[in-house]
Amino acid sequence: MTDERPVDLDAHVAMPRQHSWWLPASILVLIGAMVLGAYIGPAGRISSANWGLIWTVRMPRVALAALVGAMLSISGASYQGAFRNPLADPYLLGVASGAGLGATIVFVIGRANTSGWIIDPLPLAAFAGGLIAVMFTYMVGAAFGASSSARSSITLVLAGVAVTSLATAVQTFVLYQNNDVIREVYSWILGRLNTATWSDVRLVAPYIVISSFVLLLHRRQLDLLRVGDDEATSLGMQVGRVRLIVVVAATLGTAAAVSVSGLIGFVGIVVPHAVRMLAGASYRRLLPLTVVLGAAFLILTDIPGRVLTNGAETPIGVVTAFFGAPFFIIVLMNKRLAR
Amino acid sequence: MSSIALAHLSVRYGKRAVVHDFSHTVKPGDWLCLIGPNGAGKSSILRAVAGLAAHTGEINVDGAPLRLRSPRRRAELVAYVPQSPVLPEEMSAFEYVLLGRSPYVSYFGAESPHDRAMVRNVLRRLDMETFAERELGSLSGGEQQRLVIARALAQEAPILLLDEPTSALDIGHQQQALELVDRLRREHGLTVISAMHDLTLAGLYADRLALFHEGHLVVSGNAAQVLRAETLAEFYGVSVTVHHEPDGTVVVVPRRVG
Repeated sequence: MTDERPVDLDAHVAMPRQHSWWLPASILVLIGAMVLGAYIGPAGRISSANWGLIWTVRMPRVALAALVGAMLSISGASYQGAFRNPLADPYLLGVASGAGLGATIVFVIGRANTSGWIIDPLPLAAFAGGLIAVMFTYMVGAAFGASSSARSSITLVLAGVAVTSLATAVQTFVLYQNNDVIREVYSWILGRLNTATWSDVRLVAPYIVISSFVLLLHRRQLDLLRVGDDEATSLGMQVGRVRLIVVVAATLGTAAAVSVSGLIGFVGIVVPHAVRMLAGASYRRLLPLTVVLGAAFLILTDIPGRVLTNGAETPIGVVTAFFGAPFFIIVLMNKRLAR
Repeated sequence: MSSIALAHLSVRYGKRAVVHDFSHTVKPGDWLCLIGPNGAGKSSILRAVAGLAAHTGEINVDGAPLRLRSPRRRAELVAYVPQSPVLPEEMSAFEYVLLGRSPYVSYFGAESPHDRAMVRNVLRRLDMETFAERELGSLSGGEQQRLVIARALAQEAPILLLDEPTSALDIGHQQQALELVDRLRREHGLTVISAMHDLTLAGLYADRLALFHEGHLVVSGNAAQVLRAETLAEFYGVSVTVHHEPDGTVVVVPRRVG
């Protein structure tokens, strides 16, 4: 029988593996990405004599890419934690298409009619559409998926595919009834990262900052949720409430991001999984790092499109898909998913 | 040291009642073991006490109803070890045991130095200090089981619920795990309710056994009173010989029927 040792508060408490240098390193990467993003463009490198151009054209674009990249990444990581599903992503869950449908309805009502409103209804409608879509996906996925298995991961993603198709079909139907807004809606869907202005940044920054802040506050809860609903409950967590808060915050931020950037896929899968490979799976480290590296990732993937021009820029969604799709396949092949 | 009293506990899943009107009091520091064939309702009783299954009837800890407590306050009293705990492969042993401190951490808060020192202390008591940085996926079944118990211990709850704590272990690790629970019970006065399949081990470690069949309590008492060949034949449909060792141990041995 061992002796009963009191808890010694003065004892040196060794921390689990030190990862403290990851965050400063990531911030350096982000700064580097911002400098590159400001200097490289279709007009070639700009001389320092041209600060005006950098400030009014390049910097808003860099800032918007940073906000959108950070948001899509942290929402991806948060959805993965809340649903305990490595494949969860704002796009695969149907959030983006739901947000697109919500935004389409605002366009059909007419932007002229809403211009006098105090709060721009566009991000809010996108949020409502995205939230309805993800709730629907979750309900369908939970109803037909076995609990805590690879099969339920796949079921959730399939439910997301179905919800995406449904939302897209409704959107297409609405658009064909309202031909006059098709051009507006499609230019919205394709995004305007390449025409970003400081007013776009001001429009979405509050939503993205608040959502990210709420998600960062829940990183310990997401770690607790890794042991599953039952055990998290027995450890005192109100699982349903936490999951709802996390999903609402992630969806609000995603809808705001989508409302300025258009459809940019795979960021929410690529960045969180890359960070897991580098710095481990703990959400305490994962969430801050995904914010910083997600911002850097989207600034950097926005650059090739400016250079590889053929009359028009290559859309950023094409670039992220080019890197993201193979990465997604790697995640699928990862043996951990099978367990 | 806490006592736990179940009064008229019933659990239903939809229309199907899985536990009927079970009443029992476990004294401080006692070990009650629920036995019975699959589907008898053992796990449902543990899940009800852990707050995971809707139930009717009262569950009182030291005379105060558990249902009036928030999940966090409940977790300060009751620690639950499920039959198949979820062990995230990439989580370190330290991080895992630290989860046991969750009831004491505020919603937006982080674990204090005291919580971390507490986890070190638990790992040291279970001779698992060297495991702190290991990832759960790299540990053996026996080591994982000890860590799950370590997490429950870090929770500092006076009542410990164990659902089939040894079903996945070999005979050596079964003994090790049960010895550990027994030692903690004697050192800390933990009150234990477990569900077990191995009748001999159940009789060896628990103070009292309660035999269930289709949600009904059939008989409860000490090992000699409950582990009788004719009782087991009736409710398990099994043919056994029951040996009584001189030291009072009751050994249940299956018999060949053919």
